[in-house]
Amino acid sequence: MATKPVFSQEVSNLMSPTRGNPIRTCIQCGTCSGSCPVAPFMDHTPRRLIAMVNADLEDEVLASNTYWYCASCYQCTVRCPRGIDIAEVMYALDRYSLKKNRYKKGLVGPGFSETFVNIVHGTGRSYEPLLAPSYIFSYGPKGFFGEVQTAMGLMLKGRIPLLPSRVKRLQGFRQMFSRASSDGGAS
Amino acid sequence: MKQYAYFPGCSLEKMGLSYHLSAMETTQRLGVELHELEDWNCCGATAYFHVNGDLALALNARNLAMAEKQNLDVVCPCSGCYKNMSSVRAELQADVHAAGRINSALEADNLHFTGKSAVRHLVEVLVQDVGLDEIKSRITHPLAGMKIAAYYGCQMVRPKKDSEDVEQPTFFEELMATTGADPIDFPLRLRCCGGSLIISSRQPALSLVHDLLQNAVDHGATVIATACPMCQINLECYQRQVNDVFGTKFSVPVLYFTQLMGLAMGVAPKRLGIGSEFVSPKPVLAFCDRPSAA
Repeated sequence: MATKPVFSQEVSNLMSPTRGNPIRTCIQCGTCSGSCPVAPFMDHTPRRLIAMVNADLEDEVLASNTYWYCASCYQCTVRCPRGIDIAEVMYALDRYSLKKNRYKKGLVGPGFSETFVNIVHGTGRSYEPLLAPSYIFSYGPKGFFGEVQTAMGLMLKGRIPLLPSRVKRLQGFRQMFSRASSDGGAS
Repeated sequence: MKQYAYFPGCSLEKMGLSYHLSAMETTQRLGVELHELEDWNCCGATAYFHVNGDLALALNARNLAMAEKQNLDVVCPCSGCYKNMSSVRAELQADVHAAGRINSALEADNLHFTGKSAVRHLVEVLVQDVGLDEIKSRITHPLAGMKIAAYYGCQMVRPKKDSEDVEQPTFFEELMATTGADPIDFPLRLRCCGGSLIISSRQPALSLVHDLLQNAVDHGATVIATACPMCQINLECYQRQVNDVFGTKFSVPVLYFTQLMGLAMGVAPKRLGIGSEFVSPKPVLAFCDRPSAA
C-alpha cells in the first residue's frame, strides 16, 4: 500500500531535481538568514523555516509569512555552503501553500500572484490596471490614497497603458497553456 | 553589425518605456541591431513561479523557441525577464523530462525548444560584445564630475550562472565610467530593491528602498543608474512614499543606464524618454548643458 508522502517530501517534489541540493542536507549555519534583506520582517527566518520543513511542521510552515516575503533576490542561494537553492525552496512553498489553499491571513502575495497568472493567461502579457484590485484595498485608507496618487502620477506621465497589450497567436498560446498546466504544479 | 532577438518584456511597453527608447538610441549608435522577438509573451514575473512551475517553464520556453526560429540569441533589458529566461533555459537543458513535457505543450503553437539561443542581459552585451573601448570612442559629451551610483540590484547577477563573480562584480561601474562620470562607492549596490514586494509586502519593500536611497545619498550620488524597470519604479516612483513613511526628503534621480549613456553620446534628452520621471532629472541634465569637448 502506498503511503502518503510526508510534508518535507511533498515540498521537495515541487522543486526541480536540477536545482541545487536537497533541503535535508541543510546544516543550519544561518548564512541564508544573515544574507536575507527581508529576514527582519519575516516571522521565521529562512534558516528556521528550513528546519521546520525538515521537521515536517506543516501547520506552522503554512501559517508563516516567510516565503511570501521572499523578494527572489537569490542572495541566500548564491551563498549557501551546501548548495541548496533556497529561493527555489521558497517558490516551492508558495506553490504548496496555493495548492492547499492555506496561507497566513492578511497576506497580499497569494491573491496577487493568482490574479497576475489569470491576466497573463488571458492575453499573454501583463496589464497593471487589472492587477490593482488584488491588493489596493488591503493597504488601509492612507496606503490606498498613496497608491492612487502614485497611479495617477504614472498615468499623467504616460506610463500606464490605456489598453492591454496581447500576443497575436492567442489561440496557440492558450492551447500551449492548457497542455502545460494539465501536469500540475511540479516543475 | 551584431544582431540579437530583443525581448522588451511587459514593463518596457509603457511603465519603463524610457528604457526601451534609450536602449534603442544607444545600441544603434554602437552597431548593435535589436530585432524585437516576434509575438513575445510575458516571462511570468515572480507570480508564475509562485503558482505553477510548468506554466512558468512553458512561458519562457515559448519565447526562447521563437528566438531559435530567428537563429538569434536573446537580449533582455529587464533583469527579471533575464533571470527567468536564463534559469528556465538552464533547467530545460538539464532536465530531459521537463523539456519533453514543455515541448509537447509548445507543439500546440508549432514551436520547439532546443536551447540553442543564449540569453543575455543588455548590460552584458554592451560590456562583453561591444566592449568598453568601443563605447568610450562614441562618447562625445562626457558627463565629467557626475557621481553615478551604479545599482546592480539582484537578478542581473544572481543566481550565479557560471564562474562569474557574484559578490564583487565591477562591470557595471566600468560601463558607467565610459560616460566620463565617476561611479561612486555604493556599498548597497547589490542589495535588493524589494521587486514585486512593493505591491505584495509594502512595508518591507519601502524599508529596502529607503536603505538604498540613504546609502546612495550618503555616498554623494547625483543619480542612481539602474538596469531594470522594477528597480527604477521602486527607487523612483515610490520615493515620495518612502519620504512619507520615514520622514526623509530624498529627491535623487533614478535613470536607466542607457539614458545616461545616451546623454554622453549627445542624444537629446527627449529621445531618451527623459521627462516622464517623478523625481526631477534636473541635477543630471545640468551636466549636459556644457559645451561639447569635441
